[in-house]
Amino acid sequence: MSLAELICPAGTPAALRTAVDAGADAVYCGFQDATNARNFPGLNFTPVELAEAVAYAHARGTKVLLALNTYPPAGKVDLWRQAADTGARLGVDAFIVADMGVADYIARTYPGIRLHLSVQAAASSPEAIRYYCENFGVKRVVLPRILTIPEIRQIRREIPCEIETFIFGNHGLMVEGRCSLTNYLTGQSTNMDGVCSPASDVEYVRDADGSMSSQLAGFTIDRFGPEEKAGYPTICKGRYAAPHRPEGYYAFEEPVSLNLSRLLPELIEAGVHAFKIEGRQRSKSYVRSVVRAFRAAVDDIKAGREANIADLIALTEGQKQTQGAFETKKWR
Amino acid sequence: MIPTSEPKARLRPGEGAIARLACLVLQPVLTRVVRRVAARHPSLFARLGPHQTTDFLIDPVELPFALHLRPDPQALVFRAVPRDTAPQAGATIRGRFLLLLELIDAEQDGDAAFFSRDLEVSGDTEAVVRLRNALDDMDGSLAEEASAMFGVPGRAVLARLRRAYPDATKPQEYA
Repeated sequence: MSLAELICPAGTPAALRTAVDAGADAVYCGFQDATNARNFPGLNFTPVELAEAVAYAHARGTKVLLALNTYPPAGKVDLWRQAADTGARLGVDAFIVADMGVADYIARTYPGIRLHLSVQAAASSPEAIRYYCENFGVKRVVLPRILTIPEIRQIRREIPCEIETFIFGNHGLMVEGRCSLTNYLTGQSTNMDGVCSPASDVEYVRDADGSMSSQLAGFTIDRFGPEEKAGYPTICKGRYAAPHRPEGYYAFEEPVSLNLSRLLPELIEAGVHAFKIEGRQRSKSYVRSVVRAFRAAVDDIKAGREANIADLIALTEGQKQTQGAFETKKWR
Repeated sequence: MIPTSEPKARLRPGEGAIARLACLVLQPVLTRVVRRVAARHPSLFARLGPHQTTDFLIDPVELPFALHLRPDPQALVFRAVPRDTAPQAGATIRGRFLLLLELIDAEQDGDAAFFSRDLEVSGDTEAVVRLRNALDDMDGSLAEEASAMFGVPGRAVLARLRRAYPDATKPQEYA
């Protein structure tokens, strides 16, 4: 059986302590800059806060993974190198990276610290993953959310590193690591600035009938009726009118969250080493509820008991959940 | 879903006077609470960044007044205001009173409340996100802290408030 480590989100020091106390095997977090893909206002850690967080986590046997999972624009790689230097000095247990240049710097400078390949690298074939392992010493790959469990099982047989998969949270997987939709409207990049639909460009407009429009950079990307559940204001989950669908339809993705709680036994059997919970932008309340639920579920499965999965639907986007490609390629 | 009418249109006859009286009575309490919170949690101002001087209107939909917050450490403002005299806000946050209280205390998830339409935000979204993250990084319960400042009567009021509100949006905890 695989280790089935639980990898949990921490957007703030308080959320990190919450995740650790709720049973995380590892927490992942980032600095307050473009070096990570949740570069949101008021979120993330200063170096001083990260030092305290590492001490808190290590004292309780929990690992700290530092997300450096964005792509440095030309001429700006120093910010990523400095972040790696700071993380190494503070004693993080692994770096989560997407960019080959960042991976190369860390592999050469800090060969004793584990490298995890971010989902943002979109490495989905054994050949691609082996390349990262052989050239940068990657110890774990976070797989894109586009693979079925049989495909994951097959990949596991053909690669020399551990596998991590997402099990809960945001299901924005269109072209992981390569999406430029936000960039088209706002000029800021999900992959280089770490901001998908930056809050400074988002506006919610309430109509007299109780409907609500989500706008990004002045463009309406969805309109929710008075009784309709809402989703994040991301272009990939927007609802658009077209000549053949004048009523409006979800052209790319839908407001829905991934929830693989019922597939955990199969994922463990397939050789997945670690389960990742998405949501560094979410609250302590979310972290506490989701981590507790999956901690208990994983422990039950490891002990040979049937997992009693908590109902987490209230925490899902649009209050809808899916097993996505893990169940079938035709999940939509 | 929260009520659909605009705040100023929700005033019924006589409510204006009640709101003004409530604001007068509450003001010394609010001032004491916000000063105490600022003194005990100075790190929250850093997360607010440039929005320390933003005017937030926190609108508990079922109460006869709203709350005006300007989290400027140099000149803190936290006051109850009748809706018809509320200042022009940079950002507005609306929902049931206890939901707003539980969001501050990290007993509820703001994104989930937004998805369910129990929470509504308008104006400067970045300001709202910064305020949410700043409050979420505070340890302990602000509600408990504030009620404890007023001893047994304060705790009794908080307990009564919590009993008075149904809690349909709270995620089910793993038992």
